[in-house]
Amino acid sequence: MSVRSTISSVFQQVATDQDRTLAPLSDDLPLTDSGLDSLSFAIVVTTLEESLGVDPFSADEWVEFPVTFGDFVKLYEGAVA
Amino acid sequence: MKAPWPRVSSLWDSISGPGASGRGVLSGLEAVVPLSSLETGSILGSSLELLRGRCVMLATHSQLPTALALVELDGVARRIVLGTPDLTPEQLAVVAATAEVDVIIVDESGEYPTSATRLVVAPSLTAAAPARRESVQSEWILLTSGTTGAPKLVHHTLESLGGALPRQLPTAATAVWSTFYDIRRYGGLQIFLRAVLSGTPLVLSSADEPVRDFLARAGAAGVTHMSGTPSHWRRALMSGAAGSLRPNYVRLSGEIADQAVLDSLQATYPDARVAHAFASTEAGVAFEVTDGLAGFPASYVGQGTASIDMKVEDGTLRIRSQRNARRYLGDAAGGLVSEDGYVDTGDLVDLENGRYYFKGRKSGVINVGGLKVHPEEVEAVINQDPRVRLTLVHSRKNPITGAIVVADVVLVDGAAAEPALAAQIKQDLLTACRATLPAHKVPAMLRFVPTLELTSAGKLVRPRA
Repeated sequence: MSVRSTISSVFQQVATDQDRTLAPLSDDLPLTDSGLDSLSFAIVVTTLEESLGVDPFSADEWVEFPVTFGDFVKLYEGAVA
Repeated sequence: MKAPWPRVSSLWDSISGPGASGRGVLSGLEAVVPLSSLETGSILGSSLELLRGRCVMLATHSQLPTALALVELDGVARRIVLGTPDLTPEQLAVVAATAEVDVIIVDESGEYPTSATRLVVAPSLTAAAPARRESVQSEWILLTSGTTGAPKLVHHTLESLGGALPRQLPTAATAVWSTFYDIRRYGGLQIFLRAVLSGTPLVLSSADEPVRDFLARAGAAGVTHMSGTPSHWRRALMSGAAGSLRPNYVRLSGEIADQAVLDSLQATYPDARVAHAFASTEAGVAFEVTDGLAGFPASYVGQGTASIDMKVEDGTLRIRSQRNARRYLGDAAGGLVSEDGYVDTGDLVDLENGRYYFKGRKSGVINVGGLKVHPEEVEAVINQDPRVRLTLVHSRKNPITGAIVVADVVLVDGAAAEPALAAQIKQDLLTACRATLPAHKVPAMLRFVPTLELTSAGKLVRPRA
């Protein structure tokens, strides 16, 4: 499964678990409009760390916080590569 | 202790009278209220006289009515209890009983399971100002999460809360403050008191407002000074609207500020001073770190200053100052200040290369984006399932909320003989947690482990942060 599809399915799973309505995921979707709250994002990051083996947020070099879904995917693609 | 601050008599002195600056303005989502308008208007009106000498709990949904009522009540009510917006009806009843609340002030109708009289107030000033007469030094009661999930009631005075705050900021002509915090929590209350005491305009946040809109509103109001937890700030950075704000001063408190969030804020606001402060409801504000680095210089400890002494004992930071709370209310709560006058913050610190770094809570309490979780309460829910032998709930570092809850579960022999069975049990356990716990307490990850380590006394070995 590609990084992108892994991320998409984790977003969907967390949205379901947290009882939140997920907006259709497109690259220009602002994360704040995705329907997920901070706690949901925290769970997404933890879940992705398990499945992809990386947490790009805690890398030694500081990364810019992603603003759109596309930024988010790119951040993980860069970390996995 | 040394160096007494000028005595604060009441909040009202900052609004009216010779020392008043007359410049303070509270900007809520619903209304903008110059503090000077309290000289002619009132939120409590003629009811204020009925509250004289009484125990009053503020439990409004919006912050603005509470802010206005605080100015009117201080010096009049014997005891003011600041209800936090996350109280469940059951917790509210316990708090009201423990604090012996006579009157509960609310801004919306609803069921309040307490014998206290209910007073419903309007969202802003409506009544004519009653004659002003102060008769008491009010007790201020703040709430903080307790070990059993019931809040602890922490007794402060206006002096311990606001005594060290500036009466008049040197930059008062231009400073506009705002905070992500709710003003009913210690971190937010500090900013509110600063605004009232020094006459600084303050933009209040609202739980009903998306972070992007709040940042835009704060930016439009010309906010120069902004405070919040690292989690608040991370949320702002991810909102795409951090640029709406042009702060001179960015302050973090309430959670561990890691180097990443400090660097990111400095990069986003290159002209701002980025500082992180240590404060807790019980210990008060202790210090501010302005060198841009996580942790704090070891030289802060052991070196008493005029107003504060710090030491590290049994691995935790201890603080003695006039900003310490006085005591806990209620019989079960225990002592707050030790015999030598120090408050144990319960925060573990480690010394590395001349700097102390925060390592988490000694009690194992997990701080999820500023909300406390006691591992035991989550373990109790999971352990109710007959297929579970033992559970260890602990913290896992998280870049969004600082920490997150995870659970390691030992099942009874043979319960998960097949993978499908294990998946079903996991689903059942999480469903049970979601049914009884608020979302931040539900484990973000639940793993089955073959065994958990016990101490010789038969207790779970809890990881130190």
